[in-house]
Amino acid sequence: MSVFHLKIVTADGEFFDGEAERILVRTIDGDVCILAHHTPYLTALGMGECRVTGSNGETRRAACIGGMLSVMNNEVNLVATTFEWAEDIDVSRAERARQRAEELMRQHLDARDQEMAQARLKRALTRIKVGK
Amino acid sequence: MKEIKLRIKSVQSTRQITKAMELVASSKVRRARERIERTEPYFNILYDTMSQIAYGKRDFTSPFVEPREEVQKVCYVIIAGDRGLAGGYNSNIMKLVENHMKEHGHAVCAVPVGKKAAEFCQRKEIEVLTGEYNLVENVTIGNCFEAAHMLKDAFRAGAFDELYVIYTNFVSMMTQHATAMQVLPVPYEKEAAKDDLKSLVLYEPSPEAVFNAVVPEYISGIFYGALCQSYASEQAARRTAMDAASKNADDMIEDLSLKYNRARQGAITQEITEIVAGAEN
Repeated sequence: MSVFHLKIVTADGEFFDGEAERILVRTIDGDVCILAHHTPYLTALGMGECRVTGSNGETRRAACIGGMLSVMNNEVNLVATTFEWAEDIDVSRAERARQRAEELMRQHLDARDQEMAQARLKRALTRIKVGK
Repeated sequence: MKEIKLRIKSVQSTRQITKAMELVASSKVRRARERIERTEPYFNILYDTMSQIAYGKRDFTSPFVEPREEVQKVCYVIIAGDRGLAGGYNSNIMKLVENHMKEHGHAVCAVPVGKKAAEFCQRKEIEVLTGEYNLVENVTIGNCFEAAHMLKDAFRAGAFDELYVIYTNFVSMMTQHATAMQVLPVPYEKEAAKDDLKSLVLYEPSPEAVFNAVVPEYISGIFYGALCQSYASEQAARRTAMDAASKNADDMIEDLSLKYNRARQGAITQEITEIVAGAEN
């Protein structure tokens, strides 16, 4: 299968830099899968699972939250707010974060805090889902 | 003679302190440089992509790109250090802010990062938007996101018309430059964007939606980058300053010991002359 150059970066460093067959990510509009020779494309990312199939056909999973994905000249750049490979996720920590967020949601907060707690819960759930 | 001896001792202990500070700063500089290297690809890609969309935006408008017709108020994010004893690091930043303010002559507000920046704002009676980030060492990327969201909302609401980040660019261990960077409205350069691509790019769900989702990411990325640069610069500046101070102390000690030895020799000679004179009588 033809491949493209994929780069995954966050503020914490580089997570992937090499050839890939395809990448599947959740955007703000739903899941998309990019294959080689995609048209120039730009989208913002939501929260969800990301699957990267490398040039050796091996698929790795990761939790990918926020950021953007751009395709230019058969080069794909994924700039994420946070990105964690499935094997690096600390599930028990995510579980604790989930409990904390749920507790926060049960208290009566104003709209902004409620929103923040909700976002926190979503992040934790994404991590748990990918990590397991 | 006793005075000289005391003086030598005090210089020696000062030298010990400056030497220790130098060592601490150089180990911190190393770590800070590693952080810069780690985060560099992130900023480059973020910046390139942003310029590309900003330049290619033909068929939509965004409040974050259009320069406002009348600039009434400017917001500065001033990144300085928490402590002094770092050579010209803090004063260079303050000088730059003052010049920038004078040149543009608009009303200003600021987000100081670091204790020295906060003190500066207080002294100059600049309106402070948030005093949350007074300790530069504790600011995390999460704080950058928070600040970016807050500033983005404030910008949209019209609280200010331009946003600058004032930080120190880490060029090398020996040189650091205080720099002002425009963040909002998003500046774009012709060279940074590739002309042939602009009309072909597919945005999903829509250019506006993508752009508005990416802007906070972009702002916080710039903040974090500026922060990393500034932190490394601060440590490098401190290292250089402390190195110079240690060298100075060495010179002083040498000078003083010479004086001390001379005085001692003089005293001995005098004593001998006195004894000899007594024996002759």
